[in-house]
Amino acid sequence: MIAVEFILSGMLAAATPFLLAALGELVGERAGVLNLGVEGLMALGAAIAFIIVYHGGGHVLAFAGAGLAGALLALLFAFAALGLQANQVAAGLAIGILGQGLSALFGKTYESLTVKGLPKLSVPGLSDLPVVGGLFVQDPVVWLSLAATLAIWATFAFTKTGLLLRAVGENPKAAHSIGYPVIAIRVAAVAFGGLMAGFAGAYAATVYTPLWADGMIAGRGWIALALVVFGTWLTARIFWGACLFGAVSLAGLAAQAGGVELPSQLLASMPYLVTIVVLGIISSNRRLLKLNGVASLGEPFKP
Amino acid sequence: MATPLLSLRGISKRYGEIRANQAVDLDVAPRSIHAILGENGAGKSTLMKLIYGVETPDGGEMLWEGAPLTLASPAAARRRGIGMVFQHFSLFETLTVIENIRLVVPGQARALVARILELGAEFGLEVDPHAHVHELSVGERQRVEIIRCLMTDPKLLILDEPTSVLPPQSVDKLFETLRRLRDGGISVLFISHKLEEIRAICDRATILRAGRVTGNVDPREHDAHDLARMMIGRDMPDPPPMKPAKPGETVLELIGLNYTPDDPFGMPLKDMALTLRSGEILGIAGISGNGQAELSELISGEIRLPFETREQVQMMGEPAGHLGPAERRKLGFAFVPEDRLGRGAVQGMSLARNSLLTAHPLGLIRRGLIAMGEASEFTRRCIADHDVRTSGPDAEAGGLSGGNLQKFIVGREMMLAPKLFFLAQPTWGVDIGAATAIRQKLVALRDQGVAILVISEEIDELFDICDRIQVLSHGRLSPSLETRQTRPEDIGRYMIGAGAAA
Repeated sequence: MIAVEFILSGMLAAATPFLLAALGELVGERAGVLNLGVEGLMALGAAIAFIIVYHGGGHVLAFAGAGLAGALLALLFAFAALGLQANQVAAGLAIGILGQGLSALFGKTYESLTVKGLPKLSVPGLSDLPVVGGLFVQDPVVWLSLAATLAIWATFAFTKTGLLLRAVGENPKAAHSIGYPVIAIRVAAVAFGGLMAGFAGAYAATVYTPLWADGMIAGRGWIALALVVFGTWLTARIFWGACLFGAVSLAGLAAQAGGVELPSQLLASMPYLVTIVVLGIISSNRRLLKLNGVASLGEPFKP
Repeated sequence: MATPLLSLRGISKRYGEIRANQAVDLDVAPRSIHAILGENGAGKSTLMKLIYGVETPDGGEMLWEGAPLTLASPAAARRRGIGMVFQHFSLFETLTVIENIRLVVPGQARALVARILELGAEFGLEVDPHAHVHELSVGERQRVEIIRCLMTDPKLLILDEPTSVLPPQSVDKLFETLRRLRDGGISVLFISHKLEEIRAICDRATILRAGRVTGNVDPREHDAHDLARMMIGRDMPDPPPMKPAKPGETVLELIGLNYTPDDPFGMPLKDMALTLRSGEILGIAGISGNGQAELSELISGEIRLPFETREQVQMMGEPAGHLGPAERRKLGFAFVPEDRLGRGAVQGMSLARNSLLTAHPLGLIRRGLIAMGEASEFTRRCIADHDVRTSGPDAEAGGLSGGNLQKFIVGREMMLAPKLFFLAQPTWGVDIGAATAIRQKLVALRDQGVAILVISEEIDELFDICDRIQVLSHGRLSPSLETRQTRPEDIGRYMIGAGAAA
């Protein structure tokens, strides 16, 4: 019972870095651009945000700085992959490595330092419920992430912007021929992805574990990428996927605390193992992928 | 004549060494249906891209209602009142009709639905606004494209080869729509290479050959022969003479073939039956998307049936449904796929290396190593025997024109001396000279006792060379029809799925 309470109360916070990065990547991929550099974008955002908070800039400024840094690095990717039509996979990997390198460089003198996280806000009434009460005590960023999830879902479901992103991703040639600026739309989508990855990194480094260690993103960017496929490019599924990964990573801790004798390395690798298994199951359903997938994903477009 | 709606003066466009358009003059009158007639590669598509702002001309000037016109993009063209219906539609398959239209036309969804229904009733363009585009037939998709253009209130509507995707009955319906549009004050630019259609509907025709204007006439005052001469520079070649077929033993048989593709946009095949004997040509008529791709992959072996149902495909008298392409070729099967570049040949490789792809059993490989001398010799023979215009075996496949590359691929497959020869869209995008040559070769091959199966969208082509025709529609195959006792309208009835009733 205590384990369930522990997982429920921490699940959303653990899921937030995945969720923010995956939502950003979702927007880019829906427009047809595969950016594999998410891990590096998150790492850069994390370093920038940590430095700003450490020097007393506060969390708002930290998130703004991290988002801006992520967006700028993503624009560099866009310049290579969309402007120069470089291979998106290669360009994404290169930008990812660059981001991790920059993160290590900026963060070098801050190794093992800590900052203060954010206070939690609770929903009056609901937070007093037994067992599930913990779900309603979260820091402000978690609440904002939930709002962002809803906003992105509504954008794809109801707005012309969402329609346009899907159209550009499905058939860029047709979108061009009916007069839309395909490249500009894709650049904007990629920049948005960078912004969200920067936020995700900032959350990981200054709110979730407010401590700097090089390599602290630890593969969460890759899981965010997998989540987009896992969710078959649907916002709601990506949200549930992020919650599942959040829960799985906490389950390891809960099991250890509960005295389960398992090697800690195995527990730490659980989210990654789950990723592989789930991706395998999803990929075997070609029908699902074809109906929701993005037809032009990763393909260069020349107007 | 009143001020033309659109005038082109000395328009030129080149791509590298290729002069796609040279000094083209064109006048489109208001309220007229104006044809642009020309062969594949004559420069029709380039000219339309210039008029629709997809490309900008290198020289010359365009006038719109008498005033100079420069177009930076399709959006600019649309603002001026120029709309275009593409040959390969620019619709988004995963979106609904109304979503597709909302991307182009501003307004509330409810008002748009009303307008779609209104236009549909007015011009005979009925379509369900809430259907997903991938569920629609090709004819319905074309209607969506036309409606989408009409909703932007164009003065000029460009249609690129609009009839190539329609069964004959739908062509009449489209023509009726176009006449109503003209009478409603819209000019139509009608691009085609089909002479009879142009004579049936157009008020004026401008004829292009090799990027130049070779005629500007009233098509109703000229017969098809005159128009053909302007289009190809000589008389239309006659179809190859056909002796009566002498069918021998059964070479290919489909027995109740059923197949459901993984791809949700694919077409399931239902209960197909077909028998092909040596020494005859069987044509599969119908419009692409009715199961052509699936049928072609099932016959070539690119899709294998499970072992239990292998008897649904019989080749040379053996169950072959479970065999892969290489095993089927060993039985004496040869195949020319629909896409020349990518499946028929590799763009970036020399012709000699492309020969190796399927002709390697003819001694082009020795002890696992490529015998380059033999490969070159084989390729030289193929080039000479099949009149492929190229510099030699070392030329890159991608550098050949569509017609020449197709002659090469057909030649390569013929040199394998197949018992069963299967071609999908053998003359698609091929100039008339090469198409005639390919058809003559096929008839000669049949007279030598080879069984030939041809899938084609061109009904005229099937009537020229086939002994029998079956129609593929909605994943079902019609009964076999003797070509001599069949009219194109009969084929058309099966195409729209009304054959059984008639």
